[in-house]
Amino acid sequence: MMSWETVIGLEIHAQLATRSKIFSSAATAYGAAPNAQANLVDLGYPGVLPVLNRDAVRMAVKFGLAVGAQVAPRSVFARKNYFYPDLPKGYQISQYEKPVVEKGKLQIMLDDGTIKVIGITRAHLEEDAGKSLHEDFQGASGIDLNRAGTPLLEIVSEPDMRSAKEAVAYLKKVHTLVRYLEICDGNMQEGSFRCDANVSVRPVGQEKFGTRCEIKNLNSFRYIEKAINYEVARQIEEIEAGRKIKQETRLYDPDKGETRSLRSKEEANDYRYFPDPDLLPVVIEQAFVESVRGTLPELPDQKAARYVEKFGLSAYDAGVLTASREMGDFYESVLAALQAKNLAGHEKLAANWTMGELSAALNKDNVDVTQSRIDAARLAGLLARIADETISGKIAKEVFEAMWAEGSDADAIIEAKGLKQITDTGAIEKTIDEVMAANPKQLADYRSGKDKLFGFFVGQVMKVTAGKANPAQVNDLLKKKLAP
Amino acid sequence: MTELHHLTLAELNEGLRARRFSSVEITRHFLARIERLNPALNAVITVTGEQALAAAQRADRLLAAGEAGDLTGLPIIHKDIFCTDGVLTTCGSRMLSNFVAPYDATLVERLSQAGVVMLGKANMDEFAMGSSNETSWYGPVKNPWDLKKVPGGSSGGSAASVAARITPAATATDTGGSIRQPAALTGLTGFKPTYGRVSRYGMIAFASSLDQAGTLTLTAKDAALLMRDMAGFDAKDSTSVDTPVPDYVAALDQPLNGLRIGLLKEFFDGLEPRMATLIREALQVYERRGAKLFEVSLPNLPLSVPTYYVVAPAECSSNLSRFDGVRFGYRCENPKDLLDLYKRSRGEGFGAEVKRRIMTGTYVLSAGYYDAYYLRAQKVRRLITDDFARAFKQVDVLMGPTSPTPAFDIGAKVDDPITMYLNDIYTIGANLAGLPAMSIPCGKIDGLPVGLQIIGPHFAEAKLFNVAHGYQQDTLWHKEIPKGYE
Amino acid sequence: MSLTRNDVENIAHLARLALSEEQLPVYVDSLSKIFSFVEQLNGADIAAVEPMAHPLADQVQRMRPDEVLDADQHAKYQRNAPRVEADLYLVPKVIE
Repeated sequence: MMSWETVIGLEIHAQLATRSKIFSSAATAYGAAPNAQANLVDLGYPGVLPVLNRDAVRMAVKFGLAVGAQVAPRSVFARKNYFYPDLPKGYQISQYEKPVVEKGKLQIMLDDGTIKVIGITRAHLEEDAGKSLHEDFQGASGIDLNRAGTPLLEIVSEPDMRSAKEAVAYLKKVHTLVRYLEICDGNMQEGSFRCDANVSVRPVGQEKFGTRCEIKNLNSFRYIEKAINYEVARQIEEIEAGRKIKQETRLYDPDKGETRSLRSKEEANDYRYFPDPDLLPVVIEQAFVESVRGTLPELPDQKAARYVEKFGLSAYDAGVLTASREMGDFYESVLAALQAKNLAGHEKLAANWTMGELSAALNKDNVDVTQSRIDAARLAGLLARIADETISGKIAKEVFEAMWAEGSDADAIIEAKGLKQITDTGAIEKTIDEVMAANPKQLADYRSGKDKLFGFFVGQVMKVTAGKANPAQVNDLLKKKLAP
Repeated sequence: MTELHHLTLAELNEGLRARRFSSVEITRHFLARIERLNPALNAVITVTGEQALAAAQRADRLLAAGEAGDLTGLPIIHKDIFCTDGVLTTCGSRMLSNFVAPYDATLVERLSQAGVVMLGKANMDEFAMGSSNETSWYGPVKNPWDLKKVPGGSSGGSAASVAARITPAATATDTGGSIRQPAALTGLTGFKPTYGRVSRYGMIAFASSLDQAGTLTLTAKDAALLMRDMAGFDAKDSTSVDTPVPDYVAALDQPLNGLRIGLLKEFFDGLEPRMATLIREALQVYERRGAKLFEVSLPNLPLSVPTYYVVAPAECSSNLSRFDGVRFGYRCENPKDLLDLYKRSRGEGFGAEVKRRIMTGTYVLSAGYYDAYYLRAQKVRRLITDDFARAFKQVDVLMGPTSPTPAFDIGAKVDDPITMYLNDIYTIGANLAGLPAMSIPCGKIDGLPVGLQIIGPHFAEAKLFNVAHGYQQDTLWHKEIPKGYE
Repeated sequence: MSLTRNDVENIAHLARLALSEEQLPVYVDSLSKIFSFVEQLNGADIAAVEPMAHPLADQVQRMRPDEVLDADQHAKYQRNAPRVEADLYLVPKVIE
């Protein structure tokens, strides 16, 4: 029985967040009326010419620096020639032999905490095409060229991934990085972050790569995992049945959960790449690179490392908290607020609540952390009450829900609902006495050796006190009083 | 009796400022000549009469108020390759026979700001591909010197218009000789600047690394006058050069003694004897002014025509892909699917020469052939360019013939592309190397004009005008008018 | 260098040009002549030569500031379009 290895390479197209297009001065904003943002250059009118947007180059260089890549001192734009209605000039201005960025790498962390380094072969600049709308018109397609000319950074990985999970981890990391760098908004639904996967299989131990298929139309992290897994299974099945894999482009169909061949895709396109004569070689001097380097924010890996070192978090937790710049900022704001209350040293508590309750609430309401109904200061307010033992962790969850629903402070809710923890020893002892008196059989059993019944008594005390008794004190006092 | 159409642009300019006549008068005069004489020439595709008169009226007001610009009130015809806002811009092709440009080319805008009055758009070889103006969808242009002969191409309409004196000047473009060769065949001064000197924005692209806009005028002084306003950096053109434009007119009268003139061995080898005689006589004019002649050799120059016919088609095959029947231009009737839309719109919209060059270009860029053809041609291009650079270390300008023959019969060369291509044998080198070059009339063979070509190093426009102007002070060829057009 | 009919059909397809049955042999002939003509380039000694894509050797690409300078002019531009509906350019249906 053959053992198979999966080989995956990803091509990511990230729309760069410039205001104007890469070669024209039309706007790039999403959602404009059809063709309102396609100027003469974007429309490929006779006589028009491209002029390069400096910020598109800055963003490409920024990315290159963030992945430790080489920035080409001299790179060239080439024409990729083919005919399609959403490609007005009949060619796409892209980069072929001399891309702006080469030979980078990115560290990814898998769910089980293992670290792997994925190579980035190259990243190059190119222009996006327009959009075709196929519904609505009888026997015709409608072309909207607003998107034509939007700058793209095409990021090509080495075929270093060996499972769909690795592919997703890499994709998420790149997604996080481009948003940290503020070069792309990463909005997959709007198409500003797109991914194609190149998938092949080979027998374990074989050096030569198998024939690969390119899978397109992967616009969510979930789909990508499913599509890759489907494709791998399909290829293995084909090979084991004695058939060869045809090198082709396949589309992922999320409804059917399968990939299918792009029937109408042409015979291998001959793109006839040649250097674009309307554009000159792009020279990027060291001064330019250094000025871009000066704008680099703290990168996700650096931030995560800092959290591990300074806050004592696990690598995993640090990874989760730094998955987005906004989440990391939120977390650190919580810490700062706690610090201001003289409550330093609760990094783990803050981390757990940020990753746990807060993230769950954000997901449920489908909002981003920047639109959280509980801001960092208020969350810190709640955590402060756990830290100073005003309430227990369990009660805190109740308070959190109320805060989220009502938009009020922890203190207000604790007060209104009378949720303060009971820490008066006398009161707790009184309750314990009541519980012991009410449960003579269990008392007798416990005293005759059934240690497990300790939990029963804890539960009863909590029930009577509506969960407000300080758990640590309950434990201590119960131990004393239950002792034979 | 001196008619308005006997005057050069400079003389008209002077007369306007002296208020000897008005811009409206001049404009009416040329519009009337166009109406009467163009039918036989077929040089003008679109006449913009109303627009011209309105511009002339505005010009007269400015002149009267003492607020005239450099070229206020002077009429001009633009080659139909330049986009003109609101005016039909056909590029000599069925593909654009319904195309009203929604913007002005930078060149058109600049000349308009300088005050010119546009009389109309000149006929041309389709998409600037040709050396005889026989490939136009609008029919061939006739040479006013002999209506059975071609005026040269691709700027045949621009040349015929100026030669017939239905306009004092015209704009044109030169990719492989398309200004200089028609100038030589029609007895005019044709000027092509250094690559990047004049903006290409709005000039419908044929071969992007070779195309340059220039002028067809009666004299070098007129060319300098126009170029002073046409030249200059344009932010909309990445290949536009950002260096200051000298006052070309001020530099015209520099003395020519000590001028070092290089004679290209490769140009004189096998040159037709009568042509060789005229060129040598022209050179003697320079020697009398104190110039010195030197023989130079550009050993790779004979490869310039095959190099051009790989590079130019390659670039044009890509530049013309935008003509697909979708957003503008010709669309075939009832396309049955997308492929049919493309193939028939382009198959029907483009003429044979254009299709030939698109296919040549597609082939030389295609997988398996790129290295053997395109890459190789770009390397030979560098060899040719280096040859010129070496020559210009020894001499100030190069001189020789512009065209191997005077004007030939309409229909004589249409069947064999190579014969037609060889008309550019002397002119192509300057395009490959991006050098400024011009042709000035230096004689006649069998009653047909012959041109002297002058090539300079990069950005030597001022020197070229100066050198040509000197010759025109001592000779009268440029003053000859074809019979019937006096 | 002689091109075959098949070669020309392939090129015409790549270039999206419809050629009629009558025209095809004419193009095969003229294109073959052109390629024979450019074979002269094979004799050149280009071993150590860099290709030249632009005639001015020192020119490098200028970069423009990231500014939006254009307003919506689609109505003006679409006057030239053969088929427009709901501000979209229409083409025969594209099948994915």
